[in-house]
Amino acid sequence: MQNNRRKKTPPAETLVSVLKYILLGLVVLAVLIPIYPIIMGSLKTVDNFRASNAFSLPTVWMWKNYADAFIDGGMAIGFLNTLLVLAASLIIAILCGSMTAYVLSRFEFVGKKAVKAAFLLVSLIPSITTQVITYRIVNALGLVDNLLAPILMFGGTDILAVYIFLQFLDSISVSLDESARLDGANSYTVFFKILLPLLKPAIATVLIIKFVGVYNEFYIPFIYAPNVHLVSTALYSFTSSFGTRWEIICAGQIIIILPMFVIFLAAQKFIYSGLAAGSVKG
Amino acid sequence: MTITARGVPLSPILRDRRRKEYLFVASFLVLPVLLLVVFSLLPVLGVTVVSFFRWDGLGKMSFRGFDYYKRIFTEPEYWRALLNSLYYLVGAFVQLALAMLLATILTFTAKGKGFFKGMIFFPYLINGVAAGYMFYVFFEPSYGTLNSLLSLFGGTGPASWLTNGDINNILLAIVSVWRFLGLNFIMFLGVIASIDTGLYEAADLDGANSWQVFRYIIMPSIRPIVFLNMILAVKGAISVFDVPYIITGGSFGTSSFVIEAYRVSFGQNPNLGLGSAMSTIILIVVLAVTGVQQLFFGENKKEGTHYAK
Repeated sequence: MQNNRRKKTPPAETLVSVLKYILLGLVVLAVLIPIYPIIMGSLKTVDNFRASNAFSLPTVWMWKNYADAFIDGGMAIGFLNTLLVLAASLIIAILCGSMTAYVLSRFEFVGKKAVKAAFLLVSLIPSITTQVITYRIVNALGLVDNLLAPILMFGGTDILAVYIFLQFLDSISVSLDESARLDGANSYTVFFKILLPLLKPAIATVLIIKFVGVYNEFYIPFIYAPNVHLVSTALYSFTSSFGTRWEIICAGQIIIILPMFVIFLAAQKFIYSGLAAGSVKG
Repeated sequence: MTITARGVPLSPILRDRRRKEYLFVASFLVLPVLLLVVFSLLPVLGVTVVSFFRWDGLGKMSFRGFDYYKRIFTEPEYWRALLNSLYYLVGAFVQLALAMLLATILTFTAKGKGFFKGMIFFPYLINGVAAGYMFYVFFEPSYGTLNSLLSLFGGTGPASWLTNGDINNILLAIVSVWRFLGLNFIMFLGVIASIDTGLYEAADLDGANSWQVFRYIIMPSIRPIVFLNMILAVKGAISVFDVPYIITGGSFGTSSFVIEAYRVSFGQNPNLGLGSAMSTIILIVVLAVTGVQQLFFGENKKEGTHYAK
């Protein structure tokens, strides 16, 4: 136990403690064993990759694999497109989510129940299942292979954001809105000038969850923008552009994982609490 | 005309205010609702309707009734893909148990807590395509990670892991556990952290052992979120796509229901009716499971969300 005022350690507790660390050690190994050969493999030559044990060090350190993956593999363009899609869809998701939540939490109107029910229904359905028809709609709108397709789909259909903002708005007293109204503020001013700045923690949570989701999403860009590469689809195309040159495919994997790793190290706490809060409604 | 609760017409000032309010509400909802309808509600409606028709996506639609539903349950390539979900479902339950165990252990671990927490969680952040390739290399028959590991200990593995129909689905389900364990783990860790530490101290004074602490203090507090995760596990298992699609392309009997639906709807000679019928089956399962959740759990739902915060 973690409290300090502990008594003598009985032998049974020591044994439990040893077993505990053995188990944790095994889990860490299970996490690292698939990753380590990818790092080593990404620095090997073609022949070295094919002829050596996956855990061995490279005979020659081929840093050039990374340049090949990044430039010839189209990862650079993938990153650029992903950044664009991220920026645009995050703004849309935050605006749509917070605006919907504000209206639902502070106003009574005809059709409110229907709007709530629609959002709830959609939140239940794995969106991956309805793509057959969604594709027809996107196609009819002329948005296939257009970055707008992933932007609108990531930004607009996010029910999770609505829930997070709704929870947060419910914790902000309505008397705040009312006193602003007495000072002559209208609904727009109340929302944009008073409430939105107070929603910062909720915005941070939504940003984190969306960022992880959008950066790692494969299915939506794969279906709606197959020829406009985001990072996931750029990496997916490696097997067709590099064939069996797995050392370059490995470098591509490291390139795509690395930014997420850096962000994870920098924003661990936000990611933990954001995902824990968000995934409940997943 | 707007009428107040007592049936008296509103004064012009109030009516004007009410009108402004409606305009405001409409201005805020127009974009979110439009996107919701176009990209989510219409498709749900669409798959349900189209599942009863033969349609290649371009030409005329012809009514087929329940034909496609019958096909799904009689033709092995479709119902086998549906049955493959069970591997991932079992995997998801193992994952929940493991996540619970690790979260409990780590709550009472002082040394290296942050390190272990990060290690267990990080695979969840790994891009699905990268993870797919990673495990392709892992199971590669000659120079792959698993065979290399076995040879380090003087053993040899089977020539090929993923073509072996007896084990390949189990291996892919394990990959899925590797990827998603971290998310359940972090959720459980958050819930356990919200338990009043005074309870542990009291249990310690009463001489309770670790199992009793888990059984009588931790388990009751995480029950709602465990249940919620079981529901999510069903949804996840039936809509598995990227792990098998990227690693095996769904071949050697590892196809999933969504892979089949994708093939049928987007491949050569697209059959949108059949694809939609498959989607509708997933929708029905998900709604049924959610209904069960509400039935057993509706009251406690708020509690679960609260804990996860």
